Amino acid sequence: MIEIKVAPIRNGTVIDHITAGQALNVLKILGVNEYNIDSTISVLIRVPSKKDDVGGWKDVVKVEDRELDPKTVDKIALIAPCATIVIIRDYSVAEKKRVNLAPAVSGLVRCSNPNCITNKNEPVDPEFDVISKEPPTLRCKYCDRTLSKISENLI
Amino acid sequence: MNFYDKDIVSIRDLDRKQIEEILKVSEKMVPYAKGEKRAKVLEGKILGNLFFEPSTRTRLSFESAAHRLGVDVIDVSEMSMTAISKGETLADTIRMVDAYCDLIVLRHPHEGAARLAAKFSDNPVINAGDGAGSHPTQTLLDLFTIKRAKKRIDGLNIVIVGDLKYGRTVHSLVDALTLFGANLTFVAPETLQMPDDNIKHITEKGSKPKLTDRLEDAIPNADVLYVTRIQKERFPDPSEYNKVAGMYRIDNAMLREAKKDLVVLHPLPRIDEIAPEVDDTSHAKYFEQAFNGIPVRMALLYMILGGEGL
Repeated sequence: MIEIKVAPIRNGTVIDHITAGQALNVLKILGVNEYNIDSTISVLIRVPSKKDDVGGWKDVVKVEDRELDPKTVDKIALIAPCATIVIIRDYSVAEKKRVNLAPAVSGLVRCSNPNCITNKNEPVDPEFDVISKEPPTLRCKYCDRTLSKISENLI
Repeated sequence: MNFYDKDIVSIRDLDRKQIEEILKVSEKMVPYAKGEKRAKVLEGKILGNLFFEPSTRTRLSFESAAHRLGVDVIDVSEMSMTAISKGETLADTIRMVDAYCDLIVLRHPHEGAARLAAKFSDNPVINAGDGAGSHPTQTLLDLFTIKRAKKRIDGLNIVIVGDLKYGRTVHSLVDALTLFGANLTFVAPETLQMPDDNIKHITEKGSKPKLTDRLEDAIPNADVLYVTRIQKERFPDPSEYNKVAGMYRIDNAMLREAKKDLVVLHPLPRIDEIAPEVDDTSHAKYFEQAFNGIPVRMALLYMILGGEGL
């Protein structure tokens, strides 16, 4: 196995144990673009993982100088239910927690059914029941459809 | 189970016991629905009939059910004349109508509209069809018709044929039939077969549906044949439509191998899925089915609006 080294960060967040292949979607959730990036972000895609529940492979995203708000963490849980969020302050782990996919989610993702009433400019947030955590599967509380492709429908 | 002030949005919100209770009260309503007995037990109540899509049977039967029980009906007959055409949200329309009546009946072209209406309305909401979503009162009257004709639903061989992909009545129906343990066979061309989502849902609940495109194979064992319309506009090529429509046309020749007591149902309107010659056979129960919309909807109004004395 090749050892992969990314320099430790001083302050920021390490999002570890991301489902392999979802790192770019995590960046999308973080809202990273050319206008707002002023700290280093390291992205590792498909690296070996000792943790069983990610199937032997994982992605890792390290964001310097930023701690994530709860809504962002909830969104990450939708595409990477085994991810851990490690907050680093002054080179040490200040906090470490696993993301937690709640039994129901609201306002994080839109319904993939174009004819669903939540896609028609009504004053409601799309709401879903989580019918499976692994893989994350959502059912719209309004139109009852199962959401296809969560990552493409993130708000 | 107390239905007072409850919304009826999806058949999935009801369990078997609750459905059985509605069917029991529906049975009681039959003589009142026929006008043989009179019961203005809900006098003074007002129903808001909101139909954002054309409908004849559902709309009229709700109105008739309301009148039979003494309920006044207010409605909007021309949607293009209302604020909705000016871009008002459904949420605002509902809040307004909610203030004018005691119960809202809603038909809407978008899936989930009834759930949204129930959220914004203090008064109960009955879903009268939302897009390709659910149509719970149609399902209840279908179950009522099967129960009346066959005395049971459990263990019946029920064959459903036609447009199973887009037909909203069948999606609610198969959910309910699964609760009752009926054996289901879905007959449709591959492009119009029951969506995976629906099959997955009923399979999880213990149903083992058979899927086929050959109606003639399914008929000999059927206790109930539920026919739905195949919509021409779903086919880009008219010759393809004609071929499919011809394959699933029910006539007396097609029913030659059927059980004597086979019951044929159709939510109507039919175009040419069932030949008129079938109307005169003992199999035909679709006009009775259309009538059954009245006692079932009366039962719902009676239970939800807190009727007493019947």
